[in-house]
Amino acid sequence: MADTHEHGLDPELPFITTKLEWLIQWARRSAIWPAQFGLACCAIEMMAMAASRYDIARFGAEVFRGSPRQSDLMIVAGRLSRKMAPAMRRVYDQMPDPKWVISMGACASVGGVFDNYAIVQGVDQVVPVDVFVPGCPPRPEALIYGIVQLQQKINKSRA
Amino acid sequence: MAELRTETMTVNMGPQHPSTHGVLRLVLELDGEVIQSVMPTIGYLHTGIEKTAEQKKWQQVIPLVERMDYLAAQSNSLAYALSVEKLLGLTMPQRVNDIRVLIAELQRLASHLIWLGTHAMEIGAVSMLFYAIRERELLLNINELIAGFRFFPSYIRIGGLREDLPRGFHETVNEFLDRFPTKMDEFERLLTKNDIFRRRTEGVGVVTLENAYQWGLLGPIARGAGSDYDVRKYFPYCGYETYDFVVPTATEGDVYARYRVRIAEMRQSINICRQAIKRISPTGVWACDDTRVVPPPKDKVYTEMEALIQHFLIYSQGFTVPAGDCYVPIEGPRGEHGCYIVSDGSNRPWRVKMRAPSFMAIQAIPSIVQGGLIADLVAVIGSSDVVMGDCDR
Amino acid sequence: MEASAIIDILKPLVPGVALEPGQSVDFATIYVPADRLVETCLVLRDAPALEFKVLAEVTAADYLPREPRYEVVYHLLSISKRLRLRLKVRVPGNGSLPTVQSVWRGAGWPEREVWDMFGIVFDNHGDLRRLLMPEDWEGHPQRKDYPVQIRKATQTYEPLEVSEEEFRANIERDRVKRAH
Repeated sequence: MADTHEHGLDPELPFITTKLEWLIQWARRSAIWPAQFGLACCAIEMMAMAASRYDIARFGAEVFRGSPRQSDLMIVAGRLSRKMAPAMRRVYDQMPDPKWVISMGACASVGGVFDNYAIVQGVDQVVPVDVFVPGCPPRPEALIYGIVQLQQKINKSRA
Repeated sequence: MAELRTETMTVNMGPQHPSTHGVLRLVLELDGEVIQSVMPTIGYLHTGIEKTAEQKKWQQVIPLVERMDYLAAQSNSLAYALSVEKLLGLTMPQRVNDIRVLIAELQRLASHLIWLGTHAMEIGAVSMLFYAIRERELLLNINELIAGFRFFPSYIRIGGLREDLPRGFHETVNEFLDRFPTKMDEFERLLTKNDIFRRRTEGVGVVTLENAYQWGLLGPIARGAGSDYDVRKYFPYCGYETYDFVVPTATEGDVYARYRVRIAEMRQSINICRQAIKRISPTGVWACDDTRVVPPPKDKVYTEMEALIQHFLIYSQGFTVPAGDCYVPIEGPRGEHGCYIVSDGSNRPWRVKMRAPSFMAIQAIPSIVQGGLIADLVAVIGSSDVVMGDCDR
Repeated sequence: MEASAIIDILKPLVPGVALEPGQSVDFATIYVPADRLVETCLVLRDAPALEFKVLAEVTAADYLPREPRYEVVYHLLSISKRLRLRLKVRVPGNGSLPTVQSVWRGAGWPEREVWDMFGIVFDNHGDLRRLLMPEDWEGHPQRKDYPVQIRKATQTYEPLEVSEEEFRANIERDRVKRAH
């Protein structure tokens, strides 16, 4: 519970008072469910982030969902080809609001080393992106940092 | 009783699907749970690496080819480097070959660990993924030690290696090699005699040897069907003929046979790594002495004019490769990785083409799963160990 | 085995074919004329002295501005004889060559890839569609006169792959089924 002025915490009373908006955003940021949207190399680092050593469960974002209908966050992990772009947009459209997008890695963010005919030069041409994580591929720590940044962003936005 | 009217159903699987190992799309025609036909669609990860490589200098292509088969990055770069070295007519010092063998085998372990984790997870043994990735992290630590990069170290270069081995390399590798066999036993205790796992895999997705050859399947899939073809034995490279190891095979050709072959391969890889690390001295030569390709040592660059010029030329214009073409196969974790290069005699490749084992494996999937159950499809894809980056390039 | 030795084995089995050894640093290379390709491949596969049972890969290279422009390359592998062989077929700019699917079933996709990337037509292929690029892509990216970078807007939607007629037919079929 971050800011004490946001809610009244009285040790004598068995309840707390807070703003509804704060409570909703607290719930949203503490249980981000990412869609299992692995494209390329970065997807393996995303798996590493979810697995034992890095354990994203510490930040409440370990529930990878196979279906976009059940997810809040799309981690675009890897290079996005022009052929894949419509499919990715469809997955994004199927996600329920509120939804966020992390662009993981150089290829997803700006095309990376693959400045050629096949690769979309930045997924922000296809979907709106909240957090860009640089790296090729980014270390799991970097992706965790990206998720924490997203949590702060959610925290500061209005419900 | 009136005859039951049935109709086939078309189901689209992928390109975004948790168990297609990336962005593979399969259009299935189902009669109940029985697969009538499968139509794979690939290309969702087509990256144009081969085209991009034609714009780069020879040495700059190494990071690009590593991003093809991202689970076996250094198999790609090894195949590419060996091809270019063959065209250049270079021979590597013994120590470089031994380090390359060690790295290639560690790479095989890392790739097989991801295969083991995901394959078992898709069949239902979710905890395997966590155990496998736990061990793989140690291998990534070794990558990080040699080149400061977990995934794509680009440590293997044309003309040798990037630099000498770091301090503490032998200790780290030996520590891993001492620890890993016990973990292998642990994995096997979980799966090899596991009744559920065996029922999901035995007799499923059978590939006969003749079919495997017809479809161009080499590597663990063919070895699970009775082939003993292994590039390391048939066309040795990097001095594999001096190592003592066996090529594990099985004859059933089903998913379980491929599982056993890969597990046995991992044990053989440990065996090869042990032999290699004994041969490698902690410091020593790490590149060939051909001044066309390898820049002179730094102390000479600072003191001799010719060395300075040579250093400058290698890093600004790159080196040229004699005109011609060349294909060198190596045994990657998924089968025969081979790199076909064409040079026009300039400092950039004219054509770079990787033989992709996953490409052939996906092509053969329809013939393997036809008539089987839809639940077995996942087991077959998992045991083919396809990587879409390798397939689509 | 040298290219000339393989040609000597092939000569009596494929009468009258103009085989030509090629330069190579790794293993034997033989140029085969396109019109005798399938015949030669069958012999290579079945001749007891060769037994090239595996087609490792099919690829091509664009030698613009040279003419004939393309070379299609087949890498063959004989496991029993521990042999490798590279077959090359020269193809002019608008030429075609026969498919070898009847010899090795696995040739289907590699040939499709070559068509997709270079636009080289394989006669009697049966399923010569785009493989790696989207179905409606224009041009063949691996050609030397195709740019590396293209600047065009990303297509973010996919039209339904059902035509108007098919859509109506589906509805009709559904209606008939319900009526029963």
